[in-house]
Amino acid sequence: MKFRAKLVDISCIQQFTNVVATVSKLIKVCTLRLTSDKLYFILSETVVNGGVQIWCELPQGHFCDEYAMQGASTEANEIFLELNPENLLRALKTGQSARWIKLKLTNKHTPCLTVEVDLPTVGSHQRLAVHDIPITIIKRRNWADYAEPEMPNFDVSIAMPALKMLKNVVDKMKNISNFVVLSANQSGEMKLSVETDMVSVNTHFRDLFNPSWRHDGGDDAGENPRASQRDPSEFAQARIDIRRFSQFLSGQQVNPNRVICSEFTSLLLEYLLECVFDGEKERPSS
Amino acid sequence: MLSTQQADDDSSYVFVAKLDNARNVSNILKAIHFKDTATVFVTSQGLKVTVEDAKCVQANAFIQAAVFHHFVLTQDQVTFKVNLSVLIECLTIFGSGPGPSAATSMKMCYEGYGRPLVVILEEEGVLTDCSLKTLEPDEVLDFDFCSTNVINKIIMKSECLKEVFSELDNTSDVLQILMSPDAPYLQLSTFGNSGSTHSSFSKDSDMVEAFQCTQTQSNRYKMQLLRPSSKALALSTRISIRTDARGFLSLQYMIKNDDGQVCFVEFFCAPDEEIDEPGH
Repeated sequence: MKFRAKLVDISCIQQFTNVVATVSKLIKVCTLRLTSDKLYFILSETVVNGGVQIWCELPQGHFCDEYAMQGASTEANEIFLELNPENLLRALKTGQSARWIKLKLTNKHTPCLTVEVDLPTVGSHQRLAVHDIPITIIKRRNWADYAEPEMPNFDVSIAMPALKMLKNVVDKMKNISNFVVLSANQSGEMKLSVETDMVSVNTHFRDLFNPSWRHDGGDDAGENPRASQRDPSEFAQARIDIRRFSQFLSGQQVNPNRVICSEFTSLLLEYLLECVFDGEKERPSS
Repeated sequence: MLSTQQADDDSSYVFVAKLDNARNVSNILKAIHFKDTATVFVTSQGLKVTVEDAKCVQANAFIQAAVFHHFVLTQDQVTFKVNLSVLIECLTIFGSGPGPSAATSMKMCYEGYGRPLVVILEEEGVLTDCSLKTLEPDEVLDFDFCSTNVINKIIMKSECLKEVFSELDNTSDVLQILMSPDAPYLQLSTFGNSGSTHSSFSKDSDMVEAFQCTQTQSNRYKMQLLRPSSKALALSTRISIRTDARGFLSLQYMIKNDDGQVCFVEFFCAPDEEIDEPGH
């Protein structure tokens, strides 16, 4: 198993750092999946109150100048490892003015992801910072746990309003109740509601954009049949844990062009949060 | 947007108030926010919001009808109790931070006894409607603080008092306020673990705008009860300190809002105990 990547362009370094920062704000331990053309940050968590899933794809060609990897075997040319994204972030933070950053898989007592940061110097001497981040290699039989989540047939897909205002509203609602009901329809309307025995608060957002969600690899690439068959004014709703939602909103280190929230009315209301996090997938490519 | 919609069905409400900048109300309410519930009195003069604690301290915020750009009341007086914490959260739902953020316009309506207080807020096309349950109003304390019984009165700029209040010794249970026609004129004292502190103001100080003390009076007030008043102090530009013959304290704060209008917040506090004559 081998892995080596080199980031040279400073904007790529910063963008990569921002992605890692976003991931580290949300979770303590995540899975890094390396394939020959992409890096993935993955989290799949299932808990009682709103399990969170993160699926973040980074095309290596966009970020890395050099990239070489050799997986577990030739037919399964992939590497799965578990690391603390905060450690990686800390290492990358030293490299905000670096000439280059190298990421390597090494074995120093324990398996490590080594981050080498070449810092600019005045003289001719090289200034190199090396960070070894302990990791755990995930065995091949467990790889199936980290499969790409299937996109459910959404009832509604809607682009989020300005995050700053949304975050303000959600933070205030957090002080009122633990759960918020998010409703949206295909005519660009979204509603956040909290209700307690003292008060009911509804915030209405209008004129939002409803993207048409295309299934990856789907040859028809058409609109989601469920969404297109719906009455556009009909609201789909889901109940989500406000704290997780607020945490997600405040974790936005990368300024996303668009956060897509898609929801799915089902018995499992937690579904929504997972779908919100799926919005992350949009970012590295946009 | 707020003024155009539902323009015709306002008739079912006994009280409707509209305002272009909800912060003018939320800031004043924050100044008296030391308990969860508040009693609201609406008269043609405006709103009076009362918060009480321990039957010893009472805070009143006065928001005159003129602060609102639309104020309609169909009865002589409307009284209800609401959860103040929730009301403040609602009024600041789009963010309360100072700065050039767009103003939140607000409409507040009440249909009458037993009905919820409806607050509608709008900012940049985003609408929030809140419906707050109203509670049976409690009888509020009457401190019987009459201006004819006032013995000592000082009006001063808040600036210097803000400093004094922020540095008060928190280990002291009481704050002693001495007002006197002779030196030291106005003295605030604390008695904490590490010793006593005294802050004195001369009546000739630039900060003092009016000094009408007729007799030496020294009273102690529970620090715990007075501490909430520092929120109002922080927002205020002027303060009037008055005591009556029984030693009851009245603090009136003048607060200027974003539009330059003046609102008042008033605190009444009962003295902690009779203190003996000096020299004892």
